[in-house]
Amino acid sequence: MVNLRDKGAALWEGWNRPKRVAFVIILIGLVGLLPYGGDFSFTSILNTPISSYQAVLVYPVGMYVLMALGLNIVVGKSGLLDLGYVAFFAIGGYTAGILGTKTHLNTWEILPIGMAAAMFAGVLLGLPTLRLRGDYLAIVTLGFGEIVRIVALNTQSIGASTGIPSIPTPPRTFGIKFDIMHNTSYFWVVMIMILLVIWMIRRFTVRRPGRAWEAIRQDEDVAILMGVPILRYKVWSFSIGAAVGGAAGVIFASKTQYVAPNMFTFNVSVLILSCVVFGGMGNMWGVILGGVLLAYLPERIRFISNARQLVFGIALVLIMNLRPDGLLPRKKREKLGAAKKAGE
Amino acid sequence: MNFSVVVNQFWPLLINGLAVGLIYVLISLGYTMVYGVLRLINFANSEIFMVGTFATVIVTRDIFKYTSAHEALHGFKLVATLLLILIASMLFSGVTAVLVELVAYRRLRSKGTNRLASLISAIGTSIMISEGVRILTKSAPVPTPRLLTKFNLISIGGVDIRIDTFLVIVSAALIFFMVDRFVTKTLLGKAIRAVSMSEETSKLMGVNLNRVISATFLIGGLVTGAAAFLYMQVYETTVFNVGFNLGLAAFTAAVLGGIGNIRGAFYGGLTLGLFEQYASAIIGGQWKAVTVFSVLVLVLLFKPNGLFGEAIQQSRV
Repeated sequence: MVNLRDKGAALWEGWNRPKRVAFVIILIGLVGLLPYGGDFSFTSILNTPISSYQAVLVYPVGMYVLMALGLNIVVGKSGLLDLGYVAFFAIGGYTAGILGTKTHLNTWEILPIGMAAAMFAGVLLGLPTLRLRGDYLAIVTLGFGEIVRIVALNTQSIGASTGIPSIPTPPRTFGIKFDIMHNTSYFWVVMIMILLVIWMIRRFTVRRPGRAWEAIRQDEDVAILMGVPILRYKVWSFSIGAAVGGAAGVIFASKTQYVAPNMFTFNVSVLILSCVVFGGMGNMWGVILGGVLLAYLPERIRFISNARQLVFGIALVLIMNLRPDGLLPRKKREKLGAAKKAGE
Repeated sequence: MNFSVVVNQFWPLLINGLAVGLIYVLISLGYTMVYGVLRLINFANSEIFMVGTFATVIVTRDIFKYTSAHEALHGFKLVATLLLILIASMLFSGVTAVLVELVAYRRLRSKGTNRLASLISAIGTSIMISEGVRILTKSAPVPTPRLLTKFNLISIGGVDIRIDTFLVIVSAALIFFMVDRFVTKTLLGKAIRAVSMSEETSKLMGVNLNRVISATFLIGGLVTGAAAFLYMQVYETTVFNVGFNLGLAAFTAAVLGGIGNIRGAFYGGLTLGLFEQYASAIIGGQWKAVTVFSVLVLVLLFKPNGLFGEAIQQSRV
């Protein structure tokens, strides 16, 4: 099958700088206008039947893309199977809940704290467990995700099963209002965060951590022999991914104004992982596509509401069987380079 | 914290722990055997268990037409009925397991693609099965008619052992023993072990890989179905997501004993079942999962190949 990713990459390589800048600006502009897509007749097909379209764009679509990009650092870039990513989302959400209701910090001040808390949890979990072989790591992270949820469920001071209600929304910033009627503002915040994460991943990929992750993913033993301090880079990858999850959690909590343990079940981890693998592990654009599709489609097909999870399961099986590397697979860097050399 | 309960309730907790642990043992065989041959977590095993519990209900209720109000069965008729229901739920689960392998794994395996693709495909199959059952049952718990009148069978030193607990302990141990004999003594068992040691070499030795893998899934499914039957005799109610927590615990048990290692799964399941009972007696049932996972993390930290080692698989730290 055609590798669309390679075609896109080849097109991009062929452009000069102004062309690239113009393309990126147009793309960002179009994405930024997405919330208005439901208002015009020719794009109204985008509208979701039950939830408000603008709300769907923030959660699940934006959030899933953000978290899938974060998880992609862990699973796609460094090949560590994390089945408990929801834990970091929950830690971010609960940080926003506790600090938002008990202190006078606003969402923007809580955001770095939430990220730090998630990162700290990532290091704490990562240091002992990242020494383990892949499948054990999977089950330990899965357990960690469940532990975080159960602790939240059984701790009275953070609301136990009822969770934390009335978390404050972000304050008015640059004249933009944030409340339940203004989903578009949240969408822009999430979009900016996604852009920052994309920028961060692109920087990492071409620098030492990115190369170390690639080496670890391809062959751990060889990486050790080449002198890559694998534990350090694994913990880095893990905690950076965690920080992204924590950030998503903070924004999520301030958007829904409410967190409860049953929002952070194992299913969320599975869904985020599915976004990563479905779209194309290791390839940012594939992951974004996967996140958009897997978050948006179940909302769009709500009219078959009862069966939509069933359809989702069938779609997962079908796509994985037809395109095992995902919709937009990882770039075949070697192949492109070789083709270029042959052409010169 | 309530330590006195352990002293007072030592023997009842032990018996319960044994029963729960043996159910874990049977389910974890489904994980550990598949992991042995495919090196993949059989994500749909919890759904295979769930299918088994529903098969028990359907056979008891709709084929044998028993209701909760029927008169109690005795003697030979009771044993024969229970055996037939056991075989039926084993078959249901076994067939489901073989189908799962066909749908989720076979095509991806023949392409030799990345392991995560198979994992997601298995997750998809698992979602498909559980959602299908959820829609059919409308998310409601389904009770099974009680065949086994629950009476205290024996009393040892003031501890009553109920007939269903006794049934679970004896038959699970028996089934495990049979599986163990099968894998160590028969030709097919030898082929399964050969594939889990080296897929390439066993192919060169003329082992029909697809057949062996299907057989592994079938055995794993049959055993999981038996576990489902036993579970239903004790708990008597099932729901579409019944397999989730049990599957998680069973997988933990498999890892605890060293995944891929069949006898390890036995010790791992028993250890987990007993530990879970005592731990939840001491610090409260709601923390059960937390204690289980904490132990798992500790074990993996200090003995990364599980308590009893990975007999089949090459281990790497």
